Amino acid sequence: MAFVEFKNVRIAGISAGVPKFIASNLHPLEDDGISSEYTPEAFVETTGVLERRLSDKLTTSDLCYEAAEKLIADLGWDKSEIEALVFVSQTADYILPATACILQDRLGLSKECYAEDVALGCSGWVYGLSNVASLLTSGSIKKALLLCGDAKKRAIGPRDPLFGHAGTATAVEFVDGADGFKFHFGTDGSGYDAIITPDGGSRNQVSADSFKLEEIEGKQMHRMQTRMKGMDVFSFGISTAPKSVKKLAERYGFDYLDYDYFVFHQANMKMNNMIAKKLKLSPEKVPSCMYHFGNTSSASIPITIVTQLQEKCKQPTKFICCGFGVGLSWGTVAFTSDDNMIVSDLVEVEEPKGESKWV
Amino acid sequence: MKSLEEFVELFAEQFDETDASEITAATVFHDLDEWSSLIGLSVIAMVDEEFDVALKGDDVKNSVTVEDLYNRVIAKL
Repeated sequence: MAFVEFKNVRIAGISAGVPKFIASNLHPLEDDGISSEYTPEAFVETTGVLERRLSDKLTTSDLCYEAAEKLIADLGWDKSEIEALVFVSQTADYILPATACILQDRLGLSKECYAEDVALGCSGWVYGLSNVASLLTSGSIKKALLLCGDAKKRAIGPRDPLFGHAGTATAVEFVDGADGFKFHFGTDGSGYDAIITPDGGSRNQVSADSFKLEEIEGKQMHRMQTRMKGMDVFSFGISTAPKSVKKLAERYGFDYLDYDYFVFHQANMKMNNMIAKKLKLSPEKVPSCMYHFGNTSSASIPITIVTQLQEKCKQPTKFICCGFGVGLSWGTVAFTSDDNMIVSDLVEVEEPKGESKWV
Repeated sequence: MKSLEEFVELFAEQFDETDASEITAATVFHDLDEWSSLIGLSVIAMVDEEFDVALKGDDVKNSVTVEDLYNRVIAKL
């Protein structure tokens, strides 16, 4: 059983960055790929995604960078004290090097810095949190940044209107005696093709054929785009997420209903409503931001806290957060935030002007 | 364990516009006017709740009649 607990660590703060541009799903853009099976109104009603943030220029790391700068300023952290940076994304800036290395320099962190990328999606914030918590728990490294999100894709093509762009920052620090985090994790690689970008890795190298459009579940898409077996993912989500929450509560001997908020990965409304129903959670304990931001992959848990719980977080709050999706991969964490946890205002990022400075 | 008759009833409850009397164990459900992948999700949710079975998309796609789907659910119990 993949349970793990890390003590002596706390979340110091959370922030989120999104592109300024808002795309409405009631008025799809030319290259929005809404399935022929739905009208725009039916899509919004079913998925619970009215609009989402988009940019053709800002990458995930651009959004994470802006979120991190805001958070570091709000916290008053001295950048030289940040000795670890974990970047969780499936839309890294380059195939190589790791984007975490680029962000170390761009954020002006010390070269005495642990930096790594983690290639996970919807479960990624929970996994990333366990990575930084494990680095901090012994107290040698004192401060770490966890940057999570997904945004601009690797290849141009019809967009999936379920997904929004976001990059988040979570600041985590060592505090002797802090209550820390309790985790449960799971993986089922037999569902590896439930959500997959088939080409562009080494299994299927990129070629001219990678860009030929095929019809996948009613949508036109090519093999450099991410395709999803909707029914498989739905079935996986509604059965796995509630079980993971229950297993964590059972392992650590608490009643999950005593927790204040349940922040689930924002998959789609039908799936999230079903998960909440199975756990018998009252709706006010289950915040959601997918109406305005869509499914933002590994950013969805922190952006939900930033946009829905900023006021509530001014007092100590008991959280259960659960991410689940591509892999298939899932993770649940329980923690209590303290009244010093900073939740920054949402950062709306302007598109860069002029020539790109990047290679 | 729920019977085929009970399954057919639960299956028919997932439809809004199709009368329950139109749905029997022998119904070729993909041919129903109201059938959509969305109803498919509701069926998957019903099976999860009532049988604690996680169906795959292929289980739904490859079943022809309601009874076929019931048999796939039972096989996973």
